[in-house]
Amino acid sequence: MAAFVAHQGWVAPMDRSNVDTDAMMPKQYLKCIFKSGYGDWAFDDWRYLDAGDVDVDVSTRRKNPDFELNKTIYQGASILLSRENFGCGSSREHAVWGIRDMGFKVVIATSFADIFYNNCFNNGILALTLKPEQIERLFELSGDKAMSLTVNLQEKRVTLANGEFYSFELEENRRFKMLNGLDNVATTLLKKQAIQDFEKQHKQTHPYYFTPLR
Amino acid sequence: MSGQTLYDKIWQSHLVSGDDEAALIYIDRHIIHEVTSAQAFEGIELAGRSIWRSDSILATPDHQVPTTEREKGKAGFVDKLALLQVTTLDDNCDKNNIVQFKLNDQRQGIVHVVGPEQGASLPGMTIVCGDSHSSTHGAFAALAQGIGTSEVEHVLASQCLQQQKCKNLRVLVNGCLPLGITAKDLILYIIGKLGTAGGTGYAIEYAGEAIENLSMEGRLTVCNMTIEAGARSGLIAYDQVTENYLHGRPYAPKGAMWDSAIQYWRTLVSDADAVFDKELIIDAKDILPQVTWGTKPDQVVAVTSQVPEISSAKDAVQQADWQKALSYMSLNSGTAISSLSLDQVFIGSCTNGRIEDIREVAKVVKGKKVASTIKRAMVVPGSGLVKQQAEAEGLDKIIMAAGLEWRFAGCSMCNAMNPDSLASGERCASTSNRNFEGRQGQGGRTHLVSPAMAAAAAIAGHFVDIRQVELAQLEGIH
Ligand code: SF4
Repeated sequence: MAAFVAHQGWVAPMDRSNVDTDAMMPKQYLKCIFKSGYGDWAFDDWRYLDAGDVDVDVSTRRKNPDFELNKTIYQGASILLSRENFGCGSSREHAVWGIRDMGFKVVIATSFADIFYNNCFNNGILALTLKPEQIERLFELSGDKAMSLTVNLQEKRVTLANGEFYSFELEENRRFKMLNGLDNVATTLLKKQAIQDFEKQHKQTHPYYFTPLR
Repeated sequence: MSGQTLYDKIWQSHLVSGDDEAALIYIDRHIIHEVTSAQAFEGIELAGRSIWRSDSILATPDHQVPTTEREKGKAGFVDKLALLQVTTLDDNCDKNNIVQFKLNDQRQGIVHVVGPEQGASLPGMTIVCGDSHSSTHGAFAALAQGIGTSEVEHVLASQCLQQQKCKNLRVLVNGCLPLGITAKDLILYIIGKLGTAGGTGYAIEYAGEAIENLSMEGRLTVCNMTIEAGARSGLIAYDQVTENYLHGRPYAPKGAMWDSAIQYWRTLVSDADAVFDKELIIDAKDILPQVTWGTKPDQVVAVTSQVPEISSAKDAVQQADWQKALSYMSLNSGTAISSLSLDQVFIGSCTNGRIEDIREVAKVVKGKKVASTIKRAMVVPGSGLVKQQAEAEGLDKIIMAAGLEWRFAGCSMCNAMNPDSLASGERCASTSNRNFEGRQGQGGRTHLVSPAMAAAAAIAGHFVDIRQVELAQLEGIH
């Protein structure tokens, strides 16, 4: 995974709370067995006026002019701004793949749902939470024009074009992995011996968990 | 030092390395299905890694399988992509020696119905599955959670998960559930109180008299919807109900192994002096039959009440949310829930697709007919074995005689990734767990209810208070 130290980009505001992963990536696209190429389908039901499917050419579809992310001023945005409980619902990682493939590198919200939050970091997307009043301020500033933000993970700071800045918190472990672009599986497998040792002892104390399924 | 919660105990006994902030925990059971595993297997292969412990994995296709004409096998798929995903699961399992209950196996079914039914989900285990309703298995005093595809790959490769420890939340349900009030009403009521994010960052333990009195099926229903309150895991203490349910299940330990297992399992309860970070106390007698009115599971009211007034929302953000929900659902504040007429009724899913649910439905519809205004009402068993059991009891005949369709096992219209779905604008009473926009079909409108409430609604054509259905039919509905 690519290392993430800092990112500057345009903000796309999505003024909704409880945006669920069914909305981010509707079920019909979960049939695909590839891991990228989901960008055109993210927020499908909101983004288009007609029904979509895997084999429907998106260039022939009618875009919903009222959907916030379709507005011209937010094209090319790489920072998604939303409200509380972003990413609730299904564990589908396709939701994150969709956002990532749309070009988002950072999602800022008041709070995130647990599984989605993990899925973001597992795909190199920085999910960061700010206080409700800070989120409110960002919505105000980005309401009718494109706003640029700099997100610095090294300094744990979000800086606005006018110099205003907010500090954010992120668990050290996640931050370290993002900063260094570390792959979770690889880092875990460095502890192979510890896992094997644990497994051996666990099998002794709880043999009934080790009966092979047949 | 204060005692440990059930969650603390299972966490502690699976800690491979690290601390509460950044831990590596060992996974005992991994359940997989067709939708969230393909990319994980591909990742393993691309990295030249191998599967750590194939014999800990149980697989079954469920999300996309057609629920009709199963005798046709794979030829019964109308959707080529769905078929490709199921075939990919077959290939991955065959190649890696993973046990799979394939499409035409009698044991095939929804992952969260199959695991418990087979005794593959055991007390004290850590259990994962690439599906958010994996919290279901926590009903066995297990630490069960849903994971994303990257994490599926991680567990396949290392048998471990990188995690942060959750905080503890106890939902204490005092007293007994009134007649006609089911586990589904209970959990919808709880979610209504907690909110869809109230459990975020917590592991929820359900406790109290009403929980103790629930059957294993009812407990699975409660734990199933834990994720709808934002918590990844829901747990219920081990007791005699758990033990009786597991005894003799195909994958449950046998003989001396069983004896030593139950010795340990009986310790799987929170210590009397355990401290919970948060607690919600509920009185079971306050619970009425529940119906969701909106597009989030916490947008729920009693069947006797009305669609709420926007002004009663807690703040401006929630008001905006409710407004969106009302418009999507095509509802007005003040409309009586019982006046809502329905187009479709769906009974099934990992929340309510178990034998007990189907028995309740049969009880309610026996000798009656589905209202003529209902376009389709279907009952979809959670597994092939549930189907078999129901048929052995003659429930399928009662259900079909009443005009409901009787299907083969699968997720069906819970997620509509298969041919079963709502048309745009259709209103549905559903026993599943999510009423999100488009969940059961683009533009479809879902109201979550218990199986008995769904069955009664199918007969009446609109929602009715199940407590007003003849008492004789209510007997045994709990
Ligand atoms: S029944 Fe519904 S919630 Fe359960 S596993 Fe299937 S799709 Fe998911």
